[in-house]
Amino acid sequence: MDDQINTAVQVRTGDERAGPGAARPSDPSDASPSPEPELPQDDPVSVVELAGVDRTYPGKPPVAALRGVDLAVRPGELLAVVGPSGSGKSTLLNIAGTLDRADAGTVRIDGRDLSDCSDRQLASIRAHRIGFVFQQFFLAPGASALDNVADGLLYTGRPKRERREAASRTLERVGLGDRAHHKPGELSGGQRQRVAIARALVGDPGLLLTDEPTGALDSATGEAIVELLVDLHRGGTAVIVITHDAQVAAAMPRRVLMRDGRIESDEAVRG
Amino acid sequence: MTLEPSRLRGADLVGLAVAGMRARPLRAVLSALGIAVGIAAMVVVVGISASSRAEVEAQLELLGTNLLTVSPGQTITGEEASLPPESVDMVARIGPVESVGAIGEVDANVYRSEAIDPNLSNGITVYATTVDLLGTVGGEVAEGRFLDEALAAFPTTVLGSTTAERLGITVADGSVAVRIGDEDFTVVGVLEPVPLVPELDAGALVGWPVAEAELGFDGAPTTIFERSPDATVAAVREVLPATANPEAPQETVVSRPSDALAAKAATDRTLTTLLLSLGGVALLVGGIGVANTMVIAVLERRSEIGLRRSLGATRGHIRGQFLAESMLLAGLGGVGGAAIGGAATAGFALWQGWPVSIPLWALALSAAATIAVGAVAGVYPASKAARYSPTVALSAY
Ligand SMILES: Nc1ncnc2c1ncn2[C@@H]1O[C@H](COP(=O)(O)OP(=O)(O)OP(=O)(O)O)[C@@H](O)[C@H]1O
Ligand SMILES: [Mg+2]
Repeated sequence: MDDQINTAVQVRTGDERAGPGAARPSDPSDASPSPEPELPQDDPVSVVELAGVDRTYPGKPPVAALRGVDLAVRPGELLAVVGPSGSGKSTLLNIAGTLDRADAGTVRIDGRDLSDCSDRQLASIRAHRIGFVFQQFFLAPGASALDNVADGLLYTGRPKRERREAASRTLERVGLGDRAHHKPGELSGGQRQRVAIARALVGDPGLLLTDEPTGALDSATGEAIVELLVDLHRGGTAVIVITHDAQVAAAMPRRVLMRDGRIESDEAVRG
Repeated sequence: MTLEPSRLRGADLVGLAVAGMRARPLRAVLSALGIAVGIAAMVVVVGISASSRAEVEAQLELLGTNLLTVSPGQTITGEEASLPPESVDMVARIGPVESVGAIGEVDANVYRSEAIDPNLSNGITVYATTVDLLGTVGGEVAEGRFLDEALAAFPTTVLGSTTAERLGITVADGSVAVRIGDEDFTVVGVLEPVPLVPELDAGALVGWPVAEAELGFDGAPTTIFERSPDATVAAVREVLPATANPEAPQETVVSRPSDALAAKAATDRTLTTLLLSLGGVALLVGGIGVANTMVIAVLERRSEIGLRRSLGATRGHIRGQFLAESMLLAGLGGVGGAAIGGAATAGFALWQGWPVSIPLWALALSAAATIAVGAVAGVYPASKAARYSPTVALSAY
């Protein structure tokens, strides 16, 4: 039991190495001799890994939103996902965030295959390992910024006092310490976005997924948000940013270009 | 790697339900209203019948339950029997009997004055009465006095409360007379209502001797009243028929007037059942209102549901949240209804001069009923909320 908790804590800090207790996913290609090293040092477990993922929305006609997508994100990585509208970016994010299931292929979070996971196990992964920031914020209008952020820990079962303390620290971290008791209606768009980011971050997730975090903001405010995301990445959180904004994409060390449900290019600019 | 499961504390679940309800206070109040009406109706029905029962019990406490009556029944051939004139004295001779009174129905009409057509019946019965009657039945004089040995031989009468009202008589100082049979009888007293012997209220009481002398009364009592200590009532009851009518004990009817009074309190049970079912229908309609509100809430709050799922809520947590909100909504109605019903019961009981009595089981039952209604009303919306896939909920339009 203790081992498991230690492991969880180690992974949660975004350490480059998976803990000793972390089971390596059994590789289906194990039979063939693989040059890939088995040592964790050289191949840290990806925070999220998609292999051959298909997702087709049923309907008339069915829409193949993802076709054979392979993507691995290492701990602490920052990447932009760009591409034309309808190319499958949001679908990719939902599947990477366990909100949606792939029709084919495998998705792993921290090396764990999601196809074996029950609804409760997926919920637990979302509660402890993944933070979402949606374009529409989805803040509770009647609750203060602090309480909105504290809600990010609601399903961890931690006591309310602890949640609010963590929320207060996280609001400081996103530069909103002085707005803790304002309601969303009393905040600017950029401030609301930062509250939403703080809510995603308050549980210290290994993976932050953001869908157009700057979409509704002017460029200066958008830049501040990007700076915040870059800071998080430096702090060890893996961040995936969907964006239409070329400037935002240019600020990211890795860029994934999607078209028609496929990854057209995946380039690391530096680091 | 094993993660801790998602967990929602009980206190947080309640907090979510409260917050959900407070987000739309007017809607919450309106949808709780149906439940409140149902519960209020039930509490009022139960409370009022309990209060009236408490009143009867208090009355019985005061009037005593040791009064027995003997009346003539029927002969074997089906004719009306009668008690022998000496039966009153015989009953008085039973050991434990403390007091005895008797009335004998007299075939005579009562009128306010001579000028009224004697064929008009006014429902007033004339009773020859022993002077101990009033003390035995626990009656009270409202005006004037009761008959005594001296007055009993003269044309004087004491009127029951209803009789006095019907004849419009309010004074009993000897200045007013009524026509009984062919003679004027001076009104010397008016009685308060007699709860144990309500037939006296519509009676005109005259002395035993004067009834025999002037009104053709045969001296046969139609009801003998007697009281004995509580512990001896059963034993006295055993011997009463043979004592009152030794020749034909089976032609007597013994009864206990307090039983009739207690039965009167119990007879509204059918009415209570009817009103309780009406309350149940109101509760059902209220439950449908709550379910409707919750269905709308679930539709409106799809993005909240999606967000909560993204924050780590399981389907069970979502279901629990909406179920709790539904139960809280119904519970609000229940508490409101119990308060309204309690206040209405108290108001009505005080107005009637009754003791206020709201049985605990009624409150416990309302609490259970509202919780059950809230739970049932919430099942469908809550499971609908839990079934949303997170992505569908988040992209809600
Ligand atoms: N729930 C759904 N049901 C059916 N089709 C869907 C659904 N969601 C998305 N699609 C389709 O899947 C494709 C990919 O959608 P997705 O939302 O992933 O695109 P996107 O890259 O995020 O676009 P945008 O930049 O406009 O947000 C689109 O063609 C879209 O119409
Ligand atoms: Mg999108």
